[in-house]
Amino acid sequence: MNFIYELHRTMMSEKLILVYQGDFTQETTKSILAMAERNLDSSGEESSTKRKVFNVMVESLQNIVKHSDELVDGETRSHAAIFLIGKQANRYSIMSGNPIRKTNVANLQKKLEHINDLDKDGLKELYKEIIKNTTISEKGGASLGFVDMARKSGERLEFSFPEMNEEYCFFCLKVNVPRGEE
Amino acid sequence: MEILNLEGTEDTPKIILDKKNGIFEISGRSLPEDSTEFYRPVLEWIGNYGADANPATEFVFKLEYFNTASSKLILDVLSALEDIKGMKIMWYYHEDDEDMEEAGQEFSELVEIPFEFKTY
Repeated sequence: MNFIYELHRTMMSEKLILVYQGDFTQETTKSILAMAERNLDSSGEESSTKRKVFNVMVESLQNIVKHSDELVDGETRSHAAIFLIGKQANRYSIMSGNPIRKTNVANLQKKLEHINDLDKDGLKELYKEIIKNTTISEKGGASLGFVDMARKSGERLEFSFPEMNEEYCFFCLKVNVPRGEE
Repeated sequence: MEILNLEGTEDTPKIILDKKNGIFEISGRSLPEDSTEFYRPVLEWIGNYGADANPATEFVFKLEYFNTASSKLILDVLSALEDIKGMKIMWYYHEDDEDMEEAGQEFSELVEIPFEFKTY
């Protein structure tokens, strides 16, 4: 049972205020948003910071709902992903992790690197370009979500793809939102 | 013409489109699971309205929050409004919400309709 204490200690040391692991749907998205919103409200967070955190959370959660790849491992099929919020003195970190097929990694990595290469105006132009020229496909729109997260964050998106097995990697994404600067 | 009236929920905006009383408003939060499906009746309504529109229309957007999937559909709504004569967009944003103000400005750069910006 010591893992409970270990997990608790990790959460404390990483300053995590919310952790959810499991299946992600629109319903869980709404519950998580409501929980985080109450937390932000009760801590008296500045409204512009609150809005940016909310914004990044929505895009992050809906990305998982729409784009997380189903993990098929023998008999086991799983959609399990993880979502975390950390709160430091100077920033919030919105983090997510979900399985992704290795064949999809290169493309995603390229998109994220491109976004990180752009400055504020470049991101604005890319955002307008995408909403103007893309018709929403059933699963479309992921890169628009990342562009929006980068704009709200004002910092680079942090990401990595640790290997899960022969077929899958775990897509880890961290988006920082600075606190109380406006 | 029929009135389109949708109550707002925690993830969908309140929508009133009422030709007779001259009320055209989308307000609240927009982060539906399927934004295309959600905005379909709105786009249909505007399509019909365009065929016999009032001489002047003030279309109000008073959004607290919208996700990126909704932003594409909002642009679709604006594009549908673009073809209607006497159209004007009233873009409301909370007075300390620079992001919503900027979002409105970006939309105004993407369509040929006059925008008026107001705080609440």
